Amino acid sequence: MASSASQTVNKPVVSIKDVTHRYGNVVALNGISLDIPSGLMVGIIGPDGVGKSTLMAIVAGSKKLQQGKVTVLGGDIADASHRGAVCPKIAYMPQGLGKNLYLELSVYENVDFMARLFGLSAAERPVRIKELLDATGLGPFPDRPAGKLSGGMKQKVGLCGALVHEPDLLILDEPTTGVDPLSRRQFWTLIDDIRKGRPSMSVAISTAYMDEAQKWDWIVAMDAGKVLATGTPAELMQRTNTKDLEQCFIALLPEEKRSGHKEVTIPPRSDAKSEIVIEAKDLTRRFGAFTAVDHVSLSIERGEIFGFLGSNGCGKSTTMKMLTGLLPPTEGTATLFGQSVEAGSIEVRNQIGYMTQAFSLYGELTVRQNLVLDARLYHIPPEKAKVRIGELVKKFGLEAHIDALAEDLPLGMRQRLSLAVAVLHEPEMLILDEPTSGVDPVARDSFWELLIDLSRKQGVTIFVTTHFMNEAMRCDRISLMNSGKVLACDAPQKLIEERGTATLEDAFIGYMEDAIGDAAAKEEDKDKAAASAPPAGQPATQPATSEHHTGWFSLVRMLAYTNNETMQIRRDPVRLAFAFIGSALLMLIFGFGITSDVEHVRYASLDLDQSPESRLYLEQFAGAQRYFTLTPPIRSEEEALKRLQSNDVSLVVEVPPDFGRDFRRGSKPDISAAVDGADPFRGETIAQYAKGVHDTLMHDPGSELSSGPDKYTAKFQTRFMYNPTFESIYTIVPSVPSLLLVLIPAVLMAVSVVREKELGSIINFYVTPTGRLEYLVGKQLPYIAIGMMNYIILVIMARVVFGVPIKGSFLMLTVSTLLYLIVTTGIGMVISTFTSSQVAAVFVTAILTILPTTQFSGLLQPVSTLEGRAQFIGSIWPTTYYMHSSVGAYTKGLGPDFLLQDIIFLACCAPILLIVSIASMRKQEK
Amino acid sequence: MRTLLNIFWLGLKEIVSLLSDVVMVIFLCYAFTMAIYVQATGISTQVNNASIAFVDEDSSALSKELFNAFLPPYFQYPKYIEARDVEDAMDKGLFMFVVAIPTRFESDLRAGRNPDVQVNVDATAMKQAGIGADYIKNIINQRTSTFLKRTDEKAREPVNLVVRRMFNPNGISAWFTSVVAIINQVTLLTVVLTGAAVIREREHGTLEHLLVMPLSAFEIAMAKVWANGLVILIATGFSLFLIVKTVLQVPFAGSIPLWFCGVVLYLFFTTALGIFLGTISRSMAQFALLIVLVIVLMQLLSGGTTPIESQPKWLQYITFFLPSRHFVSFSQVIIYRGGGLSAVWLQFLMVTAIGLGFFVYSLVLFRKSIAVTK
Repeated sequence: MASSASQTVNKPVVSIKDVTHRYGNVVALNGISLDIPSGLMVGIIGPDGVGKSTLMAIVAGSKKLQQGKVTVLGGDIADASHRGAVCPKIAYMPQGLGKNLYLELSVYENVDFMARLFGLSAAERPVRIKELLDATGLGPFPDRPAGKLSGGMKQKVGLCGALVHEPDLLILDEPTTGVDPLSRRQFWTLIDDIRKGRPSMSVAISTAYMDEAQKWDWIVAMDAGKVLATGTPAELMQRTNTKDLEQCFIALLPEEKRSGHKEVTIPPRSDAKSEIVIEAKDLTRRFGAFTAVDHVSLSIERGEIFGFLGSNGCGKSTTMKMLTGLLPPTEGTATLFGQSVEAGSIEVRNQIGYMTQAFSLYGELTVRQNLVLDARLYHIPPEKAKVRIGELVKKFGLEAHIDALAEDLPLGMRQRLSLAVAVLHEPEMLILDEPTSGVDPVARDSFWELLIDLSRKQGVTIFVTTHFMNEAMRCDRISLMNSGKVLACDAPQKLIEERGTATLEDAFIGYMEDAIGDAAAKEEDKDKAAASAPPAGQPATQPATSEHHTGWFSLVRMLAYTNNETMQIRRDPVRLAFAFIGSALLMLIFGFGITSDVEHVRYASLDLDQSPESRLYLEQFAGAQRYFTLTPPIRSEEEALKRLQSNDVSLVVEVPPDFGRDFRRGSKPDISAAVDGADPFRGETIAQYAKGVHDTLMHDPGSELSSGPDKYTAKFQTRFMYNPTFESIYTIVPSVPSLLLVLIPAVLMAVSVVREKELGSIINFYVTPTGRLEYLVGKQLPYIAIGMMNYIILVIMARVVFGVPIKGSFLMLTVSTLLYLIVTTGIGMVISTFTSSQVAAVFVTAILTILPTTQFSGLLQPVSTLEGRAQFIGSIWPTTYYMHSSVGAYTKGLGPDFLLQDIIFLACCAPILLIVSIASMRKQEK
Repeated sequence: MRTLLNIFWLGLKEIVSLLSDVVMVIFLCYAFTMAIYVQATGISTQVNNASIAFVDEDSSALSKELFNAFLPPYFQYPKYIEARDVEDAMDKGLFMFVVAIPTRFESDLRAGRNPDVQVNVDATAMKQAGIGADYIKNIINQRTSTFLKRTDEKAREPVNLVVRRMFNPNGISAWFTSVVAIINQVTLLTVVLTGAAVIREREHGTLEHLLVMPLSAFEIAMAKVWANGLVILIATGFSLFLIVKTVLQVPFAGSIPLWFCGVVLYLFFTTALGIFLGTISRSMAQFALLIVLVIVLMQLLSGGTTPIESQPKWLQYITFFLPSRHFVSFSQVIIYRGGGLSAVWLQFLMVTAIGLGFFVYSLVLFRKSIAVTK
């Protein structure tokens, strides 16, 4: 990695002029101008939140340029046609381990997907992917799901995906953060090998590890949205007169940020042995077949600063969770202050202060509210709490922010607040899980000042995890941890001496290689990787990247998305269950649950007459068995009210005293029917039934109570068309699919797009030549297929479970269903363009589809009875038309000619929704 | 004492967090005011604006009189169609009812015969079809006899049936639908609010923070129960007095305190259910999918949409374990029928028992769920 000064005069591959980028009120980039020379390994350094990622995303064309001008590979990146032309030449790996990978997909499938998007032919793909996987050492595990890989391996898969199309500019955003030192070293060797094969390729990398950047050709130091300095590492260190890049960076910071910063010095611990406060024996934790922590033993003395050094996912956090009693160990024991943690006694927990990995305070509360809440939960008396909070706020420099919301604090301040909360109750032990990740070097040093003060002056035992080597150097003793095992445990200096290496990192790598077993075999692997790297750079097959599929539409890219989506959903049990079990379950609930059939109404009689006439009258009710079910008779008015109140009966027929005598006299006595009207629909129906029973009796020529046929009345012939038995199942069962086939496909479609936004894999759409049409239709196809399968399930259920067959044209209904599904997935598509979280996507889709479907499309109220706005919504909502076809085909037995107009309407909706989605879908992040 | 204080302080935090979420507060206000009003007055089970057509083969003064008898709001103004078009028009769904008056209808009646009137009903429009057909018969019979006898007086039958609709004499749907709307909102919002609070705490790591402190899972869960429950309880009270009693003028037959006792018990169940769902789902997205299914089930089978008595017998046995069914049921008993504790104790007991079941089970899962995430 020769860094000669002559290389810096190379013509720039990226030229940035006056670029400013804002997120709301926050300025991420503040008028940056910068030329990045080509053919070099360029490092962008600085802590989290200074604008590194924003800058890289803009250069990669993934994020929309707000202000200024950025020229990449000889063209304006704000120009969509230039972006389209150069995107096959740029490779971008976003921040976050495996952020643009599909975790359900295997290693091979992930790389293959990228290869398809970049238009590699079916013949080239397997060859190219094999080369890359072998070169990165992933060759042995092509079938392992990306979600089950370690952080380092995920990054290698990401790199394979980025390199599959031979880029001229490789942009890597913090590729090694949280990766173990050995994988990190392998990663950089790999990049070097690739650069050897393609010397013209420019690489831009950001990193939080300054020591890594020290070896690169050219450095851009950034802080608070501005460039502090640029040049070769040697130049910069010379300029600031410092020995390493981290100190150099601190020296480059503006005066006010540096003020108060001094070298962290650690007073030595007294040698006297003190009692052991944390003791773990053979602590093991398994998650299914995976062993996260494997027989870890350790003992920590009072007042010691004990460090845990290891990569993401090595088992550090799991160990901590077991020590704090959050997780029960599978095997082994842990004791704090000689007491078992599992017993979880309140006294033990009162002695612990804990800081979780992520910021774990309430962002919606202010600094003071957070502190007060914890004081209360630890039952510190109010006066004492006030004093203590005052002290801490002063000592931790939080005065200026005391009434600010915790979520508005800068990262460094938040970490201090977390520490303040953790020590509020003066614990004897502090357990800190990666307290300083992402914090800038100055804030990190001042944080350590506080820790040292606690340890040395107050005798607090501190147990801290980190993945920064220089932080580990500050601990009294450290444990090196890798894949669940402790590799070594001693004072950092002793570990270095023991391995005879220059740095702790080298010592760590040495231990790791020992642990892997045969270091020789490893060496051989490395050689192999180096040997196969040149072909990785210059493949034997000439990739025809831009020749094949540069047009606005490519079937290969669209099907790549279809294939990808199908595999994802097949491996996601939750969404799969929602798609199939959900629809079947809802069909059962709706089919059996919604009915307007009122039958077997429980009723009782209150016969105050007990005459032959009264018995005759009441027998008529007992005879109508489909409608009425007789219950024990009632004796009094009070009892009648009581039984109506408690819902025991819904109808009381009361025959007054002297009914028989009055009837014989012809004085036309009254009979009273008290109907429970609490549910008005049911009450109305019962009232109608009672009148019906009465009328039948009155006009029955054979009955003694009858009056004979009446004069001047017509006879009614009521034809209940389509549903002669008048059972609601014949209406509900055909209607429910119209609701389910809009709700479920729309929700799934919206989630599939928004999920990519939330997880970050949408970046693959931003930075590849994929068009909007290819992306959307590609994702839509699997859901249309799922919808059609649902339709078949529902047809079978209707026939078998509910006994409702299709009387009309099955073929036409199927055609209509297919179109309807294109439309409903289209609705999900439109919703996905304006929602940004999966939760919002689910709720918005559910509300927007259920409401018009139940209210305005004929499910509860016939469309012909709607008025005004409701009628308008009903007339444009696609479900109205599908509902008509569905009820028409099942119950009305309508032929094709009646379904045709529904089909025509649905066919017109489909392209409109697609056009709207394409128009509102962004090809860049805002 | 210690436990009570912890529950109190944690719950207070919960309320402060909720109130600082402006969107949520606005949504809550909307859900318990406007949304209730719209639902209560929107869908009516009464016949409303029904579409009707006439086939008039008589063209007599009487048939014209009958044609003019159908008026808004129950019916739209009728349209004349030809006999041969009846099937086609009904297939297209243009009309719910088609009344066919035969030739010589008036003269047959005057001659003392009882001619046939055909009423074609689109029986796929369930709720309105049955009741609407009865309306049509009544209107035609009444108009016919007034027209022919030139008098409004109806001949009395030898026995007269007087139907009294108890508890809602005029059969106003809004009385029923407004309370069902409140019940639905309580179910939806409490479950979503509590479940989301659990998941948010877990995703932000604050739950871990709490569990390391000298607090028990019981205290953490109980704080969520009272805090979220209280917010919904206040919203429910507000909605009941402002919207249901004042705006919609729904009379309250029974004891208001008794009903609120029931609401509190139901809130215990819904918050426990929310904690349970929040604990078993691994992410907010899974929770959202789960909620859609659970809420639809709870609302549709509660008896608010379809009377419990209309469900198949086997389903009624299953829904007996659905607290939303008991909520709808005891609300009907207390609010409309004016029943007392003796009429609702079983429902109260079931709601409490099932709520307790979910609560205890969630506590067991609570610590385990930490292991599940990350």
